[in-house]
Amino acid sequence: MASTGMKQGTNGWEPRIVAFFCNWCTYTAADLAGVSRLRHAPNARVIRVMCSGRLDPQFVLDAFARGADGVLVGGCHPGDCHYMEGNYKALRRVRLLQRMMKDMGIHEDRFRLEWISASEGEKVKTTINTMTERVRALGPLGLPERFAEWDEEMDGLAHAIAAQEEAVHA
Amino acid sequence: MSYLYFPGCSLRSTGRPYEESILAVFRKLNIPLKELDDWNCCGATAYVSIDENRAFTLAARNLAIAERMQNNGNAGEDLMAPCSACYLVLEKTQHYMKTDEGVNTEVTAALRRGGFDYKGTTKVRHPLDILVNDIGIERIAKAVVRPMKGMKVACYYGCQVVRPFETFDHAAYPTTMDRLVTALGATAIDWPMKARCCGGSLTGTIQEAGLRLNRALLKEAEKRGANIILTCCPLCQHNLECYQKRINRRFGESIHIPVAYFTQFIGLALGIPRKELGIQRLFIPLKFADPPTKEAHAHA
Amino acid sequence: MPETNGHDAPRVGFYVCHCGHNIAGIVDVAEVARFAGTLPNVIVARDYKYMCSDPGQELIITDIREHRLNRIVVASCSPLLHEHTFRVATEKGGLNPFYFQMVNIREDVSWVTENHDAATHKALDLVRAAVRRVAHHRSLATKHVRIHPDVLVVGAGISGIHAALTLANAGKKVTLVEREPTIGGHMAMFDKTFPTLDCAACILTPKMSAVKNHPNITLWSYSEVSEVSGYVGSYTVKVKRKPRFVSEELCVGCMECIDACVYKEGKTPDEFNQGLSKRKPVYIPFPQATPQVVLIDPDTCIEFKSGRCKKTCVEKCDRNAIDFKQKEEIKEIQVGTIILATGFKTFDPKRIPYYGYGKYPNVYSSLEVERLVNASGPTGGDLVLRDGRHPKTVGIIHCVGSRDRNTNRWCSRTCCMYSLKLAHLLKEHSEAEVYNFYIDIRAAGKAYEEFYDKLLEENIHFIRGRVAEVTDWSARPEEEGKMIIRVEDTLIGVVRRVPVDMVVLAVGMEPQADSQDVRRMFNISCSTEGFFLERHPKLAPVDTFTDGIFIAGACQGPKDIPDSVAQAGAAAAQALSLIDAGEVELEPNTAYVVEESCSGCKSCLNICPYTAITRDETRQKAFINEALCKGCGTCVATCPSGAIRQNLFEDEQIFSEIEGLLQEKESVLTGGGAWRAPA
Repeated sequence: MASTGMKQGTNGWEPRIVAFFCNWCTYTAADLAGVSRLRHAPNARVIRVMCSGRLDPQFVLDAFARGADGVLVGGCHPGDCHYMEGNYKALRRVRLLQRMMKDMGIHEDRFRLEWISASEGEKVKTTINTMTERVRALGPLGLPERFAEWDEEMDGLAHAIAAQEEAVHA
Repeated sequence: MSYLYFPGCSLRSTGRPYEESILAVFRKLNIPLKELDDWNCCGATAYVSIDENRAFTLAARNLAIAERMQNNGNAGEDLMAPCSACYLVLEKTQHYMKTDEGVNTEVTAALRRGGFDYKGTTKVRHPLDILVNDIGIERIAKAVVRPMKGMKVACYYGCQVVRPFETFDHAAYPTTMDRLVTALGATAIDWPMKARCCGGSLTGTIQEAGLRLNRALLKEAEKRGANIILTCCPLCQHNLECYQKRINRRFGESIHIPVAYFTQFIGLALGIPRKELGIQRLFIPLKFADPPTKEAHAHA
Repeated sequence: MPETNGHDAPRVGFYVCHCGHNIAGIVDVAEVARFAGTLPNVIVARDYKYMCSDPGQELIITDIREHRLNRIVVASCSPLLHEHTFRVATEKGGLNPFYFQMVNIREDVSWVTENHDAATHKALDLVRAAVRRVAHHRSLATKHVRIHPDVLVVGAGISGIHAALTLANAGKKVTLVEREPTIGGHMAMFDKTFPTLDCAACILTPKMSAVKNHPNITLWSYSEVSEVSGYVGSYTVKVKRKPRFVSEELCVGCMECIDACVYKEGKTPDEFNQGLSKRKPVYIPFPQATPQVVLIDPDTCIEFKSGRCKKTCVEKCDRNAIDFKQKEEIKEIQVGTIILATGFKTFDPKRIPYYGYGKYPNVYSSLEVERLVNASGPTGGDLVLRDGRHPKTVGIIHCVGSRDRNTNRWCSRTCCMYSLKLAHLLKEHSEAEVYNFYIDIRAAGKAYEEFYDKLLEENIHFIRGRVAEVTDWSARPEEEGKMIIRVEDTLIGVVRRVPVDMVVLAVGMEPQADSQDVRRMFNISCSTEGFFLERHPKLAPVDTFTDGIFIAGACQGPKDIPDSVAQAGAAAAQALSLIDAGEVELEPNTAYVVEESCSGCKSCLNICPYTAITRDETRQKAFINEALCKGCGTCVATCPSGAIRQNLFEDEQIFSEIEGLLQEKESVLTGGGAWRAPA
């Protein structure tokens, strides 16, 4: 069920997913998916980090703020972390973030943590495919556009206040 | 612990002693059974070979009714299907509705037209599975008043309760019934035919082939010293019991061995009167003493 | 050569690789190069057939010099494959190698994407991100660590033995640890080896004694590794030495204590003989066991159970070698590299109940038959069944626990050949008719097919089909007491019943039962089926993803003796190349503290699994010990004040990557309204 991945703008909207993959398990698994020629949706853009423990919550927020429709985090299975326990730290942060994002009105399907070991090329494929489909079903998140609207609103307010103040002083 | 109960057509016809003994045994063990409301054909009949999706739809309606009952005061009650054919087609329907999009779409649409919104939560269980894995061999053994000493049992599972889904036992070498009859004081003989074909409906269509399959089972059970064959499927019971004379005539054999339902056997061990277990309906009489009535009364 | 420093405005050279058709067949590489040329800071943008080739690298080197480039980006394969190659090229051009960034458009794009437009589009996003990222790269010094010249080899089957001897002969000190009381592994149990039919003992035992006598090898048998810490070049390993209750120094292996034991006959199933014979509580696995030292099994020894044995063994031993008080010992060693050669386990045929193993006495596993036909085996090589008969017909069932969705899907690679060998040996040891039931005969080794041809002329029967069942279901009087094998003969299309006296199950090879524990202890990975994972299936078959740890033999996957020995040699060579280089370069991806920002809050202290972070109490600041830091970056993400940073994975670098990936949309923004990442 791979998406056709048409170029944006020519045939409507395509979800954009930023994926943070740990070097030892999930990035290696993504390489394995490649070597095994497991075709999957072209919507994920991978950023390699050494460990999922490096995942700064700000990376996730920044990705959404800059227009990502989904963020995927891939780490080693519990107990298998190359750095012993970095993935547990990632899990904690992700749990907190999930709660926070719910409050921000970002649907839970837009942010996903998945344990994918170096041997699970197939799982990379299904994870990216299912995530793409879910995000596609949710539609664009469009935070940058919303920010712009809010900024305009704020600017309008500021102008109004300034005008009022001017009126008072006048 | 209580269950929803799906009798299916067999248990109301050729398989009557199966139903009688199941109800008697569960009553004796204080396990309530509630018959499924407004149940219909399970779909395992000729339907499956003509149109699988329609067969699955028939089965799914029963599953949906069970789910509805579970949501209305019968929470957590699994659906017990004693006939192996019913059991399998219900299991299959569950399986394909979860794994096959085509089946799911068609069956779900049909159910919707019938006013059902099936979520797929019904669990289908066979009484053999329930008796051994839920109620437990220990509890049954404790209730035995007439140990079945001296009975050498050939436990026969047939194909459908273990294949293709190995839900509660091994596909080629099941042992659940063997463990159960051992706990009742009987000896389970070891034989390699436990899950081999009984001939199925071949006895009615290509009879020569059906009889050959039957003969192999019956002969091997006798040869290994069994004095009874126990089954958990109405069709197996029918095939193995009713064709013995014809097999003897056709192949020059002298087979004569009673074939009963495993629930009848449990019933006898628990001291339930023969009549309540439908023993009198067997063509080949079970020849061993009735439980001593006094003891039976004492435990009743 | 003067090094260009990072303070100059970035001048980026960009290169996209065709990789033959691998990339160019899907991704429009010309468009990628054109697009890259339009990005800020990019001075040169080119596409080339094979960037990793010499001319490809030469392009980078020349461009750096001619165009005064100070940043390099290459879009090609996975960085796990060629990042090092291009860093070296960058360095050759006169730049610090870390002014380089790689874009994976092969494994991550062209190999996994069907649609050309979508693939090109994805590649453009990734390229934009990398060009942005590389602007934030900094000059870094490579960390070098010294390689401790000693080596640990775990497992002393044929692979471990060969690896240890190779290293020891090169003058390296080796500690060889073996779990069992003797070395030799599975090979020591075999009778003859295919296809040459030379006797396993004749070729193995000289190597075993060479291990024992080699001045450079410390052999710890009956021992297990219990803890591993450290990193490439400097591992600290704890080894548990289990008590034998016999002094290894004093015992000379005369075995008189065994004769003297109060047990007249053995009562415990003999592990080495696969339970086909019995042993006493004091025993030696087999006469050529190495070390030649007896041991006492406390579970069956009367002295251990009651404390009231006559101890005739002690009386008999004039060297006072027996010591009932011996305790388990933990030894600690320092090594620079480790070779794992922990082997395999045979498939347990009880998992396939319809083959009757464990139920019918005359159904044997192939390993049992190896012992049965062995001249030093429990019957002295006499092929006698458990019921005392000599078989007149034998059926060998292939692929038991291999090529089977219900058990193991893989081919165990050795069973066809050892089944042929056993067929030959069974024929040699008896007059029996031998049937092979096979799916395919896989004889793909040197002289293997010829061996198969030879067997075909020895009147051995071959029936093609997977056996359905083994029963004692006889249909005729002459079949009484025999095993009946039912099988579909797929060459003639009929179901056959073959009555035999003996069934041999050619069991497959599986990962060791504790392979997952071992994997965790050594911090390496397993492939899906549980064998240890190599770094690259073709180009790094004995390396693991953990530097300095190598794998050899059947722990990596099913293999026969020649392949195991070849791999063991390869693993030894890889270890030697590290040792002789004397030091190894480490990725400079360590974390460091920016003191001005550190508030001394201690949040990071407990986060580090390597205790690399401490708090300088006088200055009230966190301090990271670079030697201990392994570069995971967990503390970086933890620090609430952004005072901890990580080389190669700086916040700016990752934020600019995110920005680059998503920038296409940024054009719709009207002002600086976007939420800004703290830089």
